[in-house]
Amino acid sequence: MENLLKIVSKPDNVAIIIMMVMVGFFVFFAFFQALKNDRKKASAKEEKNKLEKEKIHTWPYLARKEFLVAILVVVILLAWSIFVDAPLEEHSNPNLTPNPAKAPWYFLGLQELLVYFDPWIAGAIIPLLIIAGLMLIPYIDINPRGNGYFTFAERKFEILIFCFGFLVLWIFLIIIGVFMRGPGWLWFWPWQEWDPSRVVAEINVDLTQLIGVNSRSTPGFLIGGSVIILYFSVGMIMLYLYLRKKKPNLLHKLGLTRYLISSFLLWSMIGIAIKIIMKLTLNIKYIWVTPWFNI
Amino acid sequence: MRNIFKYITETQLWKSIFRHDYEDTPRNRALQILGNVFLHLHPARITRLGVKLKHTWCMGGITFFLFIILTVTGVLLMFYYRPTVADAYWDMKDLEFTVRFGLLLRNIHRWAGHLMVITIMLHMFRVFMTGSYKPPREFNWVLGVVLLVLTLLLSFTGYLLPWDQLGFWAITVGTNMARAAPVIGHEGPLGEIIGTTVYNDLRFALLGGSQVGANALLRAYVWHCIGIPIIAIVFMAVHFWRVRKDGGISGPL
Ligand code: HEM
Repeated sequence: MENLLKIVSKPDNVAIIIMMVMVGFFVFFAFFQALKNDRKKASAKEEKNKLEKEKIHTWPYLARKEFLVAILVVVILLAWSIFVDAPLEEHSNPNLTPNPAKAPWYFLGLQELLVYFDPWIAGAIIPLLIIAGLMLIPYIDINPRGNGYFTFAERKFEILIFCFGFLVLWIFLIIIGVFMRGPGWLWFWPWQEWDPSRVVAEINVDLTQLIGVNSRSTPGFLIGGSVIILYFSVGMIMLYLYLRKKKPNLLHKLGLTRYLISSFLLWSMIGIAIKIIMKLTLNIKYIWVTPWFNI
Repeated sequence: MRNIFKYITETQLWKSIFRHDYEDTPRNRALQILGNVFLHLHPARITRLGVKLKHTWCMGGITFFLFIILTVTGVLLMFYYRPTVADAYWDMKDLEFTVRFGLLLRNIHRWAGHLMVITIMLHMFRVFMTGSYKPPREFNWVLGVVLLVLTLLLSFTGYLLPWDQLGFWAITVGTNMARAAPVIGHEGPLGEIIGTTVYNDLRFALLGGSQVGANALLRAYVWHCIGIPIIAIVFMAVHFWRVRKDGGISGPL
């Protein structure tokens, strides 16, 4: 418990507590409004839309709100700055590595991924995929409904995927990185004392070793590679067949390029989650070992 | 009293500054926005929904306001801070102990920076949940993602400047990622094919050396105080302009 208080009261971590509260509130608020809208009858919606589309003067109706919000932000910031001082630790010392050495909090999700992936994936490929994936959202989401208002019913699939990425793969991993990771980047529950001399005897295995094949041998290389390639190709083909059967119109509108990009991104996201679970439950380090890179 | 007021508002000087009077008429309400270079980022008239806090959460606006606060406090901090290995840390101490309100200034700058990272994430979340990236606003979402990356980089480069253990090691851990980038990082896969080494890889370019040192501090400083803010301002200008050109704040069609 003492340890929890120590982590929580670290000045920079106050920001994370505020983030958790704000994200929690706004996720609730967004879904609250979405579900409320979904329950409304079509006629009621139409009437409301007509009213809300009406134009009013920016001055004073918007400007006054903006000024009020600005004042509120200033008040909050001042209070925060009066009560919590920005951290300043000892003078930097290249010869004294703190344990654990943590990146700024908004990158701790990526740092946490280092447990499950080699740095070139966690630190380079995944960030690039996140940025590219975010930028592509408007171009691969071709559902014309739900444009400009909160709704869940009209775009369930998109919302679930986005919330999975945002809340689980980003926010949740940050929280783990901040609160659960102690010396040696080992897992410490918040009520556990951080013990710098703790070692965990963890025997990492590669996937192919589970079936008795050396991952560094040629058969291991071939099996590991096939697993990765089959995961993506079978996943993408199965989803394609499923959509062709159930939603042929959607698939037609999507077109091949959009389908390939979006299903690749989707399976990458799911793959990251699968790898995390495999590491946590079976201690699997690599699925595919090659002379040039390991996945 | 009224006469004095009338006299003042009818002078040539006053009229040259304020282009309209203040009687509450629709014309003046519009002019209030159009005649002010800052306010005229807004349209003169806006939909009822666009004004509602429950629709936008004002998150983009708060993000922008925090950026302004950061610019003002940041410039003030620059008066007291030298980006050199010998001075940086001690300038932070001076801010804390000798500069009047120096610590408060630093606190505001730091917490506003953290808050901006939070509000920009929530702004993106709001835009997603209202589906406001859908046509015709696709490209503004793309610009937004660029702004998100720039904001994270701004915060990241600022982290090093106090030159304490916290910043030093956070930047060391962060830039170690660059070392592992495929091809252009010396520890990443496939680097051999173009001959990547510790002395010419991506991390070297970021740090101006193979370690976090004096060059890295100067680079972080220049990027943080000049480079990234200028780029971000340009993207923000286009972002705001696009909000209007794409038909104003989104709403049911
Ligand atoms: C420095 C960062 C940013 C600033 C200052 C900013 C500012 C704003 C402002 C003031 C608005 C008007 C409506 C509102 O307040 O919500 C807006 C709208 C919008 N923003 Fe941002 N934004 C930023 C980053 C982003 C990001 C990260 C995204 C998405 C990835 C984004 C996408 C959009 C879109 C699509 C709109 C139009 C929304 C609508 O019409 O309802 N922006 N932005």
